[in-house]
Amino acid sequence: MREAMLAMLAKEPAHGYELRQRLIQALGPIGEVVNSGQIYVTLGRLEKAGFVRGVQVEQSAAPDKRVYEATPEGREHVAAWLLDASWPKVAPTEFHLKLVAAAATGLADPVALIDAQRRELLRRLREVQLLAESEPPDGDGVLILEGSALRLQADIRWLEACEQRWSARRAG
Amino acid sequence: MSGIIETAGLSRFYPGDGAPVRAVDGVDMSVAEGESVSVMGPSGCGKSTLLHLVGGLERPTAGTVTIAGQRVDGLSEAAWARLRRRSVGFVFQAFHLVDELSAVENVELPALLVGTSRRAARRRAMELLERLGVADRATHLPDRLSGGQQQRVALARALVNEPVLVLADEPTGNLDSHATGEILRLFAGLREARQTLLLVTHDPRVAASADRLLTMRDGQIVEDTRLDGGLPRQAVLAQIAGWEA
Repeated sequence: MREAMLAMLAKEPAHGYELRQRLIQALGPIGEVVNSGQIYVTLGRLEKAGFVRGVQVEQSAAPDKRVYEATPEGREHVAAWLLDASWPKVAPTEFHLKLVAAAATGLADPVALIDAQRRELLRRLREVQLLAESEPPDGDGVLILEGSALRLQADIRWLEACEQRWSARRAG
Repeated sequence: MSGIIETAGLSRFYPGDGAPVRAVDGVDMSVAEGESVSVMGPSGCGKSTLLHLVGGLERPTAGTVTIAGQRVDGLSEAAWARLRRRSVGFVFQAFHLVDELSAVENVELPALLVGTSRRAARRRAMELLERLGVADRATHLPDRLSGGQQQRVALARALVNEPVLVLADEPTGNLDSHATGEILRLFAGLREARQTLLLVTHDPRVAASADRLLTMRDGQIVEDTRLDGGLPRQAVLAQIAGWEA
């Protein structure tokens, strides 16, 4: 989210509240979990890193506000971030190693771990599907929900493949 | 309180090489009215056989099945046919549509068989085809329909008499993502009408639409868990975003 905030400031300067509104706009229902504390902490870090500059602006009717704008270094950082194709969260690797470790140590049954993981992912998929149903079909948030649902489906299908493998090992 | 489906010690064995194959092996299951339950498990775990036993398509080797308070495991074929017509809707992987009847005629047939007026039956049939996105195929014969369209017509037929219990075996097996979405919306409608749904599926979207999940392995239910009402909204949203709540 840090880079997304920086990108929005590279487009045009804003104070914290405006920035939060823009993020909420872009995120649909996910915007609900963006709190202003998070925004100001992140702005502070971006400023420390030299990616943004804060300017105090006097207001007659309200307390002064601090408007942030992206520095040239900040713009460069955003450009690099946009072109970075690495994909966050490589879940299969970690979970696979967990199964191998469970079997090797005998501390847990791999098939039981798979069942528990599938249960958890199905619960999440259920929630995502319910959220998607209640969103207007042309809302920005729908695309996030669809992406999230498709990933969960892929992970659940992969767990089925894990189950086949590990059930066969247990039986054999 | 007893559920709409109750089974006790329900078993179905087939003769095998040497020992019998225990397709369903002592299943005790209770499904409440209005609940939707999905059954998952690897191929050959007995989930389709369980559905067939509950729907009277196969007879148990041992154990009992009760539907809405009525013992059904010993019913005659004729009594089962009546029960399926009025109270139990069945959606199969194969569609079993009548080749000589158009889509809408296939759908209204069960309604006419229980004495619904022609007008009411047609209205109800068209309404279901509409909701499933195949109303423009209403006058076509089954062989003019794609697999996915036939599947939706078969689903409409299973629902036309508003059965208290709907049994579905891979109901989205032949469908693309959009048509699957239409079926899931229809299932959500069944829940609102307090109809009970028991479905066997490999499709994560379908499984996740249910309130409850049963996992089968080697003919037995190894896990019975609720999918609904787990996490608070804020935690769900933070998870989707990949952020800590």
